[in-house]
Amino acid sequence: MKNFTNNLRLILSGDNLLPILNFFTLEIMKLNRRFMAFAALVASLQLVSAGDVTGKITLKGTPPPEKDIPVDPACGKIHPTKKTRLYVVGSGGELADTFIYVKDGLTGKTFPVPEKGHLIDQVGCEYTPYVSGAMANQKILVRNSDPLLHNVHPIPTVAGNKEANIAQMPKSKDLEFTFAKEEPFLRFKCDVHPWMFSYVSIMNHPFYATSGKDGTFKITGLPAGKYTIEANHRKAGKQTVEVEVPESGSKEANFTLEAK
Amino acid sequence: MARTTRNPALAAFAVFTAISTFFLITVGGLVTSHGAGMAVPDWPTTYGYNMFAFPFSMWLFTGDGIFFEHSHRLVASAVGFFTTILAVWLWINEERRWLRWLGVIAFLAVCFQGLLGGLRVTLYKDEIGIFHATLAQLFFLLVAAIAFFLSKTWQRLTARSGSIEFHRYFRPALLSASVLIILQLALGASMRHQHAGLAVPDFPLAYGKVWPPTDPAFLEEANRKRHDHRDFHPITAGQIHLHMTHRLTACAILLLIGACAVLSRKAANANSTVAKLTAAWFGLILLQALLGAYTVWSNKAADIATAHVAVGALSLVFGSLLYIGTAPLAARATVRDPIAASIPEGSPALG
Repeated sequence: MKNFTNNLRLILSGDNLLPILNFFTLEIMKLNRRFMAFAALVASLQLVSAGDVTGKITLKGTPPPEKDIPVDPACGKIHPTKKTRLYVVGSGGELADTFIYVKDGLTGKTFPVPEKGHLIDQVGCEYTPYVSGAMANQKILVRNSDPLLHNVHPIPTVAGNKEANIAQMPKSKDLEFTFAKEEPFLRFKCDVHPWMFSYVSIMNHPFYATSGKDGTFKITGLPAGKYTIEANHRKAGKQTVEVEVPESGSKEANFTLEAK
Repeated sequence: MARTTRNPALAAFAVFTAISTFFLITVGGLVTSHGAGMAVPDWPTTYGYNMFAFPFSMWLFTGDGIFFEHSHRLVASAVGFFTTILAVWLWINEERRWLRWLGVIAFLAVCFQGLLGGLRVTLYKDEIGIFHATLAQLFFLLVAAIAFFLSKTWQRLTARSGSIEFHRYFRPALLSASVLIILQLALGASMRHQHAGLAVPDFPLAYGKVWPPTDPAFLEEANRKRHDHRDFHPITAGQIHLHMTHRLTACAILLLIGACAVLSRKAANANSTVAKLTAAWFGLILLQALLGAYTVWSNKAADIATAHVAVGALSLVFGSLLYIGTAPLAARATVRDPIAASIPEGSPALG
């Protein structure tokens, strides 16, 4: 304020218009700088006040029995179960491999793409993880930890995401893929071993999670506000809930899906 | 070398090429039945190796996908080689100009076919695969027709002075059925290459109905209920319609060939070769229909689905050659009740 009165006194003591214009320009720039600083402060407060959404996915009903996989001799030695894993369910109905994400409430907001790649590994002639998420344009790294070759074949269905099919020798360098558009459950497969799949949901924001074997999940760092959260399981279907995330702490969102 | 219309060695080689082509179609069927079309991601190399230098250990022991796809490439190369020999041999030795040109067309077709197979792999296009599979059937028909034209049977048919006055609808029905089979094979190829063979998982009903619903809610529910280690793409309304069209076309073919069998007996006597062959064709189509149903009942077991492809190819060739083979007899037809006059009982004319 002192600067303002000094500048005003200085200007008013002059007798041409230019210094007056300069004065206002200078003050506006100062105000603008203060405004920018304020906006940054608000943004940082928002991050500080971000909350989490936690919850559990429960499966109602009895899922159909898993199918046998006709593994070939090479994979037969290393495949852990030789069964499909369409429903991974705990004794209390805890449902794994459900993709939970913010479906609505983030419109118009953009988020930086993580520099760290999202890793999928091929272990025992299976993709791990089976269900996961990555941001659009984030690197997806595919590793082959098996002692035999695989072909890595992502098959997107959304225009703008490109299909690829690349051979990967045992223990070779990780392959890199990126996808520009949002796409639920983008499928990675191996055609050499036609039971091998991984499903990566491509999102425009980082607020997603996959339920673990205990059925729980946690979406972290979500700015305070109202959101629609969806839980989507490839076979058991999907369900949405509305949540209001507090400025700090966490909000619980539980889902019950039905076996088909 | 003097040109001739009768070269037993060339005729035998043409039969051999036709059989090789049939074998190739069967191996191709195994590739799609096992979902192995993309198991070798590069072309014309195989995992970076020259196709013919791909190590045995990797071919045989890495996984079924590579085994089927690489085998298909090797058999295709062999058929390409045989077709080239056949075309050159025909050009040098065959007197009939049109037949020499059929050899050239076969050569061009096999080259184009190989290119399509490669592009299917490198461009990731199901549409190319569908065209590749349909052209394979037509190529088999072409090579089988060449073999037929080189055969002693064809010479006898064309040299014979007699004729058969078939029922007026018999040969048009033969032709219509053969054309319908081509359409049916194209539909089948579309289903195979979209992995939509199980878009309708029950038979004879479809999702328990005569015609299944295809609204989004129904499709979502149906896709969730699909449990298979191959985890096929979600089915679409279009794929259900495609599947149902395949079934309807199968019914139409069955009826049409049944009609052919009846009509063949109206002109020729019941024991004539043409009537027997038409009845055999009807039997082949019945087998094909059974295999189609069993493909659904067996949850698209690879060997059954492949047998369905193979018998489909045989049905097309059988019917088409029957149509071609009856052409000289029909062309000379002047009188009714011709069989006894033109083809003696037990004649091997078409056998």
